[in-house]
Amino acid sequence: MKKSLQEDSSLQESVNINTISQKRKTITSSAVKENLMKGVFFLTALTSIVAVALICIFLFANGVPAMAEIGVFKFLLGTEWRPLNDVYGIFNMIIGSIFVTAGAIIIGVPIGILCSVFMANYCPKRIYNFLKSAINLMAGVPSIVYGFFGLVVIVPVMQNLFGGSGKSMLTASILLGIMILPTIVNVSEAAIRAVPSSYYEGALALGATHERSVFFAVLPAAKSGIMAGIILGTGRAIGETMAVIMVAGNQPVIPGSLFAGVRTLTANIVLEMGYATDLHREALIATAVTLFVFILIINMTFSLIRRRAD
Amino acid sequence: MEQINKQSFSQKLKTYKSHPLSFFILILVVLSVVITVGVLLVLVVYVMIRGIPNLNAGLFAWEYNSDNVSMMPAIINTLIVMIFSLLLAVPLGIFSAIYLVEYAKRGSKVVAVIRITAETLSGIPSIVYGLFGFLMFVIACGFGNSILSGALTLAIMILPLIMRTTEEALKSVPDSYREGSYGLGAGHIRTIFRIVLPTAIPGIMAGVILSIGRIVGETAALIYTAGTVPGVATSIFSSGRTLSVHMYALLSEGLYTEQAYGTAVVLLILVVLINTLSGYLAKKLTLKQ
Repeated sequence: MKKSLQEDSSLQESVNINTISQKRKTITSSAVKENLMKGVFFLTALTSIVAVALICIFLFANGVPAMAEIGVFKFLLGTEWRPLNDVYGIFNMIIGSIFVTAGAIIIGVPIGILCSVFMANYCPKRIYNFLKSAINLMAGVPSIVYGFFGLVVIVPVMQNLFGGSGKSMLTASILLGIMILPTIVNVSEAAIRAVPSSYYEGALALGATHERSVFFAVLPAAKSGIMAGIILGTGRAIGETMAVIMVAGNQPVIPGSLFAGVRTLTANIVLEMGYATDLHREALIATAVTLFVFILIINMTFSLIRRRAD
Repeated sequence: MEQINKQSFSQKLKTYKSHPLSFFILILVVLSVVITVGVLLVLVVYVMIRGIPNLNAGLFAWEYNSDNVSMMPAIINTLIVMIFSLLLAVPLGIFSAIYLVEYAKRGSKVVAVIRITAETLSGIPSIVYGLFGFLMFVIACGFGNSILSGALTLAIMILPLIMRTTEEALKSVPDSYREGSYGLGAGHIRTIFRIVLPTAIPGIMAGVILSIGRIVGETAALIYTAGTVPGVATSIFSSGRTLSVHMYALLSEGLYTEQAYGTAVVLLILVVLINTLSGYLAKKLTLKQ
């Protein structure tokens, strides 16, 4: 009886000891777990760096040798693109991309900014909710659907108005101008809302009308934010592919007029990648490298301006 | 106060009469809104009116052939691609955002680089993603034109979107939640998974749904990665076209405009649904605050 009691108490002690060591174990294991998870979070956070690095490596490693083989100046400034004769100059496409993007900005930016002014300073709450979801819907419509819309609605209209095939630089600019609207509206609306209301109230108090206060006191203060929106829209426009190839005509020549067909850098890649081989394919990758560099420059300008705005 | 500040319509009219510039600006503002909404309405209504009569059972047949040009296989492929790219991108994006919000120290160099690269990723055009996916997954990794290549490419593409929306959702969780959890003796990990993430779920879901929208609408990044085979992909290593690529293929063949209208209708309905859902969830998050 006594013995069993002793056994019992020793057993109990051992149980207690067990729990203490267990406790210690759980404490250390939870510290290990904390650090382990922190490591995991950190590693996953590095994914975007790895992704950008991989994209740069793969594009440049495949594109730059082709550029060297063709000759950098011949490639960038050459005005003839004849894959059958191994002549690769993308100057026309660079100009095409710039023209179409410029057109899109001329059409999209004024409408976009005015629209964002309306959303920030004019509209009653009920209309605002409707407008906001309309703008978000516009941002969500797939580019292929925009392209299709351009093809079946805008192209025939242009045909009737100006003759020709209707597929032209102007058509592409109009379509892209529509497509960059949501980007510009959303970014510049946020910029306008960030301006302290004292600016507006001060202008009103000085006797300015609502419009004067908004356009001559609030908008100048939101300038850098609006610029950021415009640059972001420019990036969208220059990188847009599927919508542009539907309506731009895609002739690889410098357009003689607004109503002539045009081919952009992006269109060049999509149209010919399917059947291109050897140097032709590498020249297309080099086209993508050129586009990528354009985008990088635009993005850097964007973040510079936004940092200044903050 | 309110009464004094309120202007009657005739008063407004009088002000505008003596300020023609203001009136002119007002007209421009209203005009631009009308144009924006008008374009969207024309797009949606036109596609619906021309497209809905073209929807027929053949378009939704399980098997694709050149007679019915069914979009059903493309819809299934879209789902498969979507699931795989989300499986990859959602955990990565959420974990990255957790690191940025919950762990990273202010002014850390690594964090600055992560932010810059994420911004860069979100600015890269989809065709560049397409070419990169083609070079890396299709050729270098040897996956060929396959669902896997497409899903991997899209995963990288939607990563910055999920990161950004999750970051915003996490930031919107009040600090008192975290402090309360620490106060009760919970560790960092437990606090994140039990307290912070559940609160941020609607915001995260809104981001995930937005990225579903991007996957559904993506064409340029998929043509040369997932390929354009019209049937249902039998494995992740076989090629299959998604709905948007299907529409592009129909348009570039030039024979199937009616079916393209039908596909456009389905795409538009999907996008409207996705947007509504995402907007609803985002609103839920802001209401909670």
